[in-house]
Amino acid sequence: MLRGSSAVAIDNERNKHPSDVIAAASAARARRSGRVGLATASRSTSDPHPAEMATHELHPNDTLTTLKMESENLKAKLEEERAKLHDVELHQVAEKIEALGQFVMKTRRTLKGHGNKVLCMDWCKDKRRIVSSSQDGKVIVWDAFTTNKEHAVTMPCTWVMACAYAPSGCAVACGGLDNKCSVYPLSLDKNENLAAKKKSVAMHTNYLSACSFTNSDMQILTSSGDGTCALWDVESGQLLQSFHGHGADVLCLDLAPSETGNTFVSGGCDKKANVWDMRSGQCIQSFETHESDINSVRYYPSGDAFASGSDDATCRLYDLRADREVAIYSKESIIFGASSVDFSLSGRLLFGGYNDYTINVWDVLKGNRVSILFGHENRVSTLRVSPDGTAFCSGSWDHTLRIWA
Amino acid sequence: MIMHIFRVFPQMEQVIVAMQDPDLGIKMKNQRLLITVIPHAMTGNDIVEWLMKKYSIMEEEALHVGDLLVRHGYIYPLKEPRNLVLRPDESPYRFQTPYFWSSQQWPASELDYAIYLTKKNIRKQGQLIDYEKENYNLLHKRINHTWDFVVMQAKEQLRASKQRRKADRIVLECQEQAYWLINRPPVECLTPRLSQRDRGKQSNTKCEHSSRMSLMHSDWSLAVTFPSSFIKYSEQYFSHDPMMHGCPPSNPWITDDITHWALNTNTVSTPTKLRVERWSFRFMELLSDPLGRLKFMEYLEKEFSAENLCFWEACEDIRHGENSRIPQKVQEVYKQFLAPGASKWVNVDSKTMEKTLEGLRRPNRFVMDDAQMHIYFLMKKDSYPRYLKSDLYKNLLVKAIAPQETKRSVFPFMRRHRHSSPNPALVAQALEEDGKAKRLGSPRITSPATSP
Repeated sequence: MLRGSSAVAIDNERNKHPSDVIAAASAARARRSGRVGLATASRSTSDPHPAEMATHELHPNDTLTTLKMESENLKAKLEEERAKLHDVELHQVAEKIEALGQFVMKTRRTLKGHGNKVLCMDWCKDKRRIVSSSQDGKVIVWDAFTTNKEHAVTMPCTWVMACAYAPSGCAVACGGLDNKCSVYPLSLDKNENLAAKKKSVAMHTNYLSACSFTNSDMQILTSSGDGTCALWDVESGQLLQSFHGHGADVLCLDLAPSETGNTFVSGGCDKKANVWDMRSGQCIQSFETHESDINSVRYYPSGDAFASGSDDATCRLYDLRADREVAIYSKESIIFGASSVDFSLSGRLLFGGYNDYTINVWDVLKGNRVSILFGHENRVSTLRVSPDGTAFCSGSWDHTLRIWA
Repeated sequence: MIMHIFRVFPQMEQVIVAMQDPDLGIKMKNQRLLITVIPHAMTGNDIVEWLMKKYSIMEEEALHVGDLLVRHGYIYPLKEPRNLVLRPDESPYRFQTPYFWSSQQWPASELDYAIYLTKKNIRKQGQLIDYEKENYNLLHKRINHTWDFVVMQAKEQLRASKQRRKADRIVLECQEQAYWLINRPPVECLTPRLSQRDRGKQSNTKCEHSSRMSLMHSDWSLAVTFPSSFIKYSEQYFSHDPMMHGCPPSNPWITDDITHWALNTNTVSTPTKLRVERWSFRFMELLSDPLGRLKFMEYLEKEFSAENLCFWEACEDIRHGENSRIPQKVQEVYKQFLAPGASKWVNVDSKTMEKTLEGLRRPNRFVMDDAQMHIYFLMKKDSYPRYLKSDLYKNLLVKAIAPQETKRSVFPFMRRHRHSSPNPALVAQALEEDGKAKRLGSPRITSPATSP
């Protein structure tokens, strides 16, 4: 089923001429398996137009139920019409953008060393080092460029689902089934046991699903299976702020790049993506359009939007200013959930790691898939683009990490 | 159409400049708006006639071109400012000031818009139109943490404008209003027969379903809202994205050559062209690059306003530093920057100062937020644009390195030796051991060495 490690399928859907778009919108959508915009079923020609329906006379046999049904029907039709227009316009706009050319990305490094499923990874600000964590309890710091392992820590628990590199490069944070997030200062003394200097920072009442340092080594943001997110002071382990609002496990989070630097987004098993004010702990925006767990959220580089990856096999883009979903990245041939998403530096590309072992590359603006990358031999569980955008790293249940460029 | 618009800005601007030529341009007059006289204005007729004469075209075409200029914000109407249309009659129009031209790079930020709406709200209670009210409420929720700052800025700006002549004030208000109409147009619920021109009649039909399905049905409004901001961003960063555009001289992961990284460390003496260019994209870009920040500091020192950046960094340190050191840091910042007679005194307005002093009694991580935002905005609106026009910056650009993309190596199978680099933890440890344990400015500046 899998091709060789360097094989790449290029999927370039050609532009349509603008004048064709409106006329052929539904037909095109049926023909192609990709879609941009909101899901719209093609309208069957036998159904009456909503405007016509409204002028039908009341029949003596109309009961409340049938009238209600009719009103629901009308509502749905109206939504469909609206959505169609919206689709056409978004599609129309995207049409005029030049399509991306040939897209070639290959595995440039394969990092072998974990004894079990790789669950999470993060880049160091030096653009070449990474930290990764796995199901066997091991956390490894690599110089991905040389593929050398530089540090290794054995956690007292298995399933280390979250790890993060400190901005200074001097420490890493990790946690998982132990319900905690611990910080390990990185020492270069080979004899020193890193575990000795471990600092326990966060305490949740269920597993730790994600963690991230804020702008310094001194604060950590965590999300947990207990349905909350929390901000912690590393030095004292004190809880600075907690965030309540998700109705189920929170699976992921991402900090906003912004002038005020005070918000972050989280995604959960309640299918919601929430945007939080770090100062007050309030949920300031909420989006619920996914049909299943949200496994991954990542901000668009400008901070005006964010993308999400879900078990419903779609990735979506949410515009924070317009306060709504603005794009869906999906294909009928993609059936398995997306576990992890990230943007390229300019925000033009969205990389998604999927549970069917592949990585799909999406054109964020035009909505089509640009490329599919094969290579991993099991689920892709984590994916991050490097700080300078020169490469991205994917981690998998096949025990390896790959660097692609 | 979107790409077309961006390519067309310089051409539109050429027309605008020609229209304002003192000899061959439109003859400007004072126009009467109710009881106030507005200088340097013209009528819709003037515009159409000038276009007809200059380009030897018929009236219909001239009206069309003129209308485009209005819809893109280069000319704005004084009467009925929300209706961005060109009327071929005695309706008065004015040229938009270049600062507000759509082609200007800087994105209209949330904070700017919030300040504008707050000003409007304060000035004319309840005069915000429905979509503006909605936006105002949304912003109030979203950036609630900086709302005090927003209100203070708005009040400051209103106070400053009161000191202007009425005519000037009206003109400035119109300019600002026209700018925001272009940058934050109303998004309405679509009803099948609503025409594009009826924007004046803000329809209040409630959207039938729960989530806000706002739809944009006009060509040009599409051009400046959702798709445009993302398209603009991706376009701007296109040549900086190694995956889209390559990576001079080469992508280290592909060729095993780390020159690209070596050229872009934080201690390099001559930065690359791409890097220096990026500092001009937005103020945050400049500040988040340690080298950019350093160079900016050098400029500020020449201008005797370096204390602003120092203050901002110190505030960042408070916000992101250890909880236990907050009271001590807050005191230090107060002594250095805010106390009367402080060595690095920063100019914060009296209201903000009052509020900050209040907060000092119970120091917390956010006590300096308002003052920090104030100074940040000061730098963003004043020092930053001037820096970009300064000789210091221009020299950086001229001297910047622009490495050539190297072609694929002749022997593709010959693997280069992959150099290792010093572990950032090692670098930090070494620094400490040398006794140079002082913090390198704010936590953000402490980035690991990237030299090979």
